[in-house]
Amino acid sequence: MMRKQGGIEPLVFHTLNTLFMIILVIVTLYPFLNTIVVSFNAGNDTIRGGLYLWPRQFTLQNYKAVFASGTIYDAFMISVARTVLSTILNIFLTTMLAYAISRREYIFRKPITAIFVLTMYFNAGLIPNYFLMKDLHLLNNFLVYVLPSMISAFNLIVIRTYIGTISESLVESARIDGAGDFKIFWRLIFPLCKPVLATIALFVAVGAWNSWFDAFIYTSSRQELSTLQYELMKLLSSSMNANSNPAVANGVGMEHMTQVTPISIRAAITIVASVPILLVYPFMQKYFVVGLNVGSVKE
Amino acid sequence: MEEIVTEARPLKPPVKRQRRRWSWNTVKEQRQLIYMSVPLLAYIILFAYVPVTGWTMAFQDYKPALSFGEQTWVGFKHFQFLFTDDNFMRVLRNTLAMSIINLVLGFVTAIILALLLNEIKKTFWKRTVQTISYLPHFLSWIIVTGIVATSLASDGIINDLLMKLNLIDKPIIWLSEGKYFWGVVGASHVWKELGWNTIIYLAAMSSIDPALYEAADIDGANRYHKMWSITLPGIRPTIVILLIMSVGHILEAGFEVQYLLGNGLIMDWSETIDIFVLKYGIAQGNYSLATAGGIFKTFVSITMLLLANWTAKRLGEERLL
Repeated sequence: MMRKQGGIEPLVFHTLNTLFMIILVIVTLYPFLNTIVVSFNAGNDTIRGGLYLWPRQFTLQNYKAVFASGTIYDAFMISVARTVLSTILNIFLTTMLAYAISRREYIFRKPITAIFVLTMYFNAGLIPNYFLMKDLHLLNNFLVYVLPSMISAFNLIVIRTYIGTISESLVESARIDGAGDFKIFWRLIFPLCKPVLATIALFVAVGAWNSWFDAFIYTSSRQELSTLQYELMKLLSSSMNANSNPAVANGVGMEHMTQVTPISIRAAITIVASVPILLVYPFMQKYFVVGLNVGSVKE
Repeated sequence: MEEIVTEARPLKPPVKRQRRRWSWNTVKEQRQLIYMSVPLLAYIILFAYVPVTGWTMAFQDYKPALSFGEQTWVGFKHFQFLFTDDNFMRVLRNTLAMSIINLVLGFVTAIILALLLNEIKKTFWKRTVQTISYLPHFLSWIIVTGIVATSLASDGIINDLLMKLNLIDKPIIWLSEGKYFWGVVGASHVWKELGWNTIIYLAAMSSIDPALYEAADIDGANRYHKMWSITLPGIRPTIVILLIMSVGHILEAGFEVQYLLGNGLIMDWSETIDIFVLKYGIAQGNYSLATAGGIFKTFVSITMLLLANWTAKRLGEERLL
């Protein structure tokens, strides 16, 4: 089909297009690759500059310092815990609710859907939310990472739309077999939603893993509740303000100071904080579009 | 056109109407559905609706030590202060400017990249480019701003390149000059979200009827004609819906980038409404003023969303609501 055009145009276009894509790939990957290189290079050598795609003085010292530091290790565990808990709760509760509001015969279907959808368009704002967390005794409490974000209206609608594509006769035959709604949800609908749930789980997990603002606002006075991203944020802002001040690597393996600098530590934490996600997302790619179904927001 | 489509709708398989009336029997019959949903309804009311009652703070001189009955009511004093305050006007300007830059840049670059990706015929290569282009979306803003700050440093890669290309003769201190800040924020957003934003356009493009392209080939249309007259019109409904959604977020220029990249030298250009709220609210304890700023933001968002939706309706385009 495409051949018909002939001539030089397709060749020129495809060459330029390929060139453009290569540049895009380089621009996307280079900063990340460079961070990996910095994380494996001796900190005192990195300061000399000129480090691009290969470490000059290879070392594992940065990673050793990161994992030897109690602060970072604890923050890592808190991040893992909040991510796992958030993902499980989100997936289970959102799908359960989506099933309920997908049932046409359900008497509260309309009001419940409306009340949830409306939450997409307003937000009480920082201060009122802060006071709510305070009143619920969630300040400086691990649960503040999980409880406020157990259901997102957007995910709810995406899952509900997906459930709508499942044949009604499946549900009906299960009901004839005597299954109640909870059983139908758990045994039938939940397993059938796997493709959409895989994507939503990834989105929720990434959101939980990457968030730092809640740690900053709600739990900053309890160090043991700090998250990995928040530790990284503290490191970033201190190294931006006071370049290579040793004190900023506070608590991070001071005895290695000759080799380890705030910049190299930051690079190592950056890699530790991004690798888990980067290992997972390429395998979910084909499902992304299911989880982004914008058209489905419309009733 | 739209009318005809709507009229054709009743042709869809008729849905069995099982609308039930409120009766004790129905409630009993549906108790499992009620157990599954009503607790979550209570949950969302507590976490999303109850805090809205805090908006009363904006109309009081709120003091945390006093009870609700003891607060002094001051009407629109805080709102009046906001609109005469140079600080607030400046953060409003910054918010609008950065959000419009992000919106325009985000849409244009994503549509162009989607068009170009759509022209790649080798599936493996296309897949690879896509996978790589999604990567930054999954990195947190903390990491991305770290990367941006490193790349823009005086010995960073950007200055390195510009120097080697002889475009500049001494490094530019990007993050110390206000005039660059909006551009830096716009570029950071493009870097992070460009690939991700193409997903939805590519999906829309793949559902365009191939017969249209074949017919155009026969008529002798070239690549650019086809892009302009088939592909772009084919994704127009998607573009419109995404635009309406983005317009509703016109005051959500973001908080993280500006907060993480901003510094004292450039705060006249970097501070947004969210940072203003944070500064007055949490740091200085002026809860009433901060809440007023937050209410203003929500109010503008909803107005803009309705306005965009109404405009789309008038133009006969796809709508969100």
